[in-house]
Amino acid sequence: MAQKVLDALKANHASAIELTESLFGDEIAWVKRDSLVAVATWLRDEPTMQFDSPVFVTVIDRLDWHPTGVPLSAHWSDESGKPRFEVCYQLRSSTHRYRIRLKVAVPEQDARCASLAGIWSAFDWQEREAFDMYGITFDGHPDMRRIYMYDEFVGYPLRKDYPKEKRQPLVRRDDLPINPIKAPGAPHGDR
Amino acid sequence: MGVELTTTRLEDAAKWAKQSLVERASNWGRKFSLFSYPFVTACCGMEFMSVAGPKYDLARFGAEFPRFSPRQSDLLMVVGTVTEKQGPALKRVFEQMAEPKWVIAFGVCASTGGFYQNYSTMPGADQVIPVDVYIPGCPPRPEQVLDAMIMLMDRIQQGRGHSQLRTKREELIAAAAANDE
Ligand code: SF4
Repeated sequence: MAQKVLDALKANHASAIELTESLFGDEIAWVKRDSLVAVATWLRDEPTMQFDSPVFVTVIDRLDWHPTGVPLSAHWSDESGKPRFEVCYQLRSSTHRYRIRLKVAVPEQDARCASLAGIWSAFDWQEREAFDMYGITFDGHPDMRRIYMYDEFVGYPLRKDYPKEKRQPLVRRDDLPINPIKAPGAPHGDR
Repeated sequence: MGVELTTTRLEDAAKWAKQSLVERASNWGRKFSLFSYPFVTACCGMEFMSVAGPKYDLARFGAEFPRFSPRQSDLLMVVGTVTEKQGPALKRVFEQMAEPKWVIAFGVCASTGGFYQNYSTMPGADQVIPVDVYIPGCPPRPEQVLDAMIMLMDRIQQGRGHSQLRTKREELIAAAAANDE
């Protein structure tokens, strides 16, 4: 159904669309990073599209992705050209009942993406979450800060190379139980 | 040093018999007037409500009012998952409570972190504050909570709460220091 959207996108933004796919009933358009805002604005404002409902934005970390069945070269010419992150924007048009997913390939060395928070303000906090968990900086976002983790946190916990049990405590007890038998002369025991 | 710093339960029971009347009376008063501060952070809160509600009725044991100010409460109930981000808040709440004070870790999350083994969850509230009684269960049954409550009341009567022991030790150490001089 949303194939119409893909066709329209390809007709109107041929240079901005890298690739389109249809997977399990979901239509996906890979958009060039620089054209994302233009494509999204067009999707929202074009009367035949009217994507008025931003569903979610998330990131996929393809650090150790080795697809089975499909050769990697179906997307990228070789392993080195494979970008580490994919930023996904899921959009819905309640008027025309379209769904579409915009994907942007983001390399690890230059983890930036354009922000769509100015177009759909619901993406504001979601992009902050994506930044918090994956470290993708969204250019043009009004308030690019961590949203879940504290500012002292180092690293991005949902990246696949973050050790998932590595805690970064803010406080710990300074008075853990000291057994006075083991530590004679200790000034205090357990509190 | 001549100061006895460790106690076993048996020794304590023996000591209890020797407690002064004032101490015994004040501990009796404390154990039947626990004002709890529910530090409710997650799903265990539902179970806390059930315990506090009329069916299981924590009020039977004198823990009548949840006080939402740490300064007016003497039992801190850590109910639910504690995240690392919440650590400073939890510590601060505990520090604001007046002595003597007690802490119950309600549910496995507050006791050990439970099944959350990840970057954000603190492995038990006892990482930042001393805990007197741990209640296992995810969430614990109300009966378990009542059981823990009775255990805590036992401890209070025997003067074995963390903060009671600490006060006691400080007194003993001060007395020993005075003796040595
Ligand atoms: S112990 Fe279970 S019920 Fe309680 S807060 Fe943790 S996950 Fe929720």
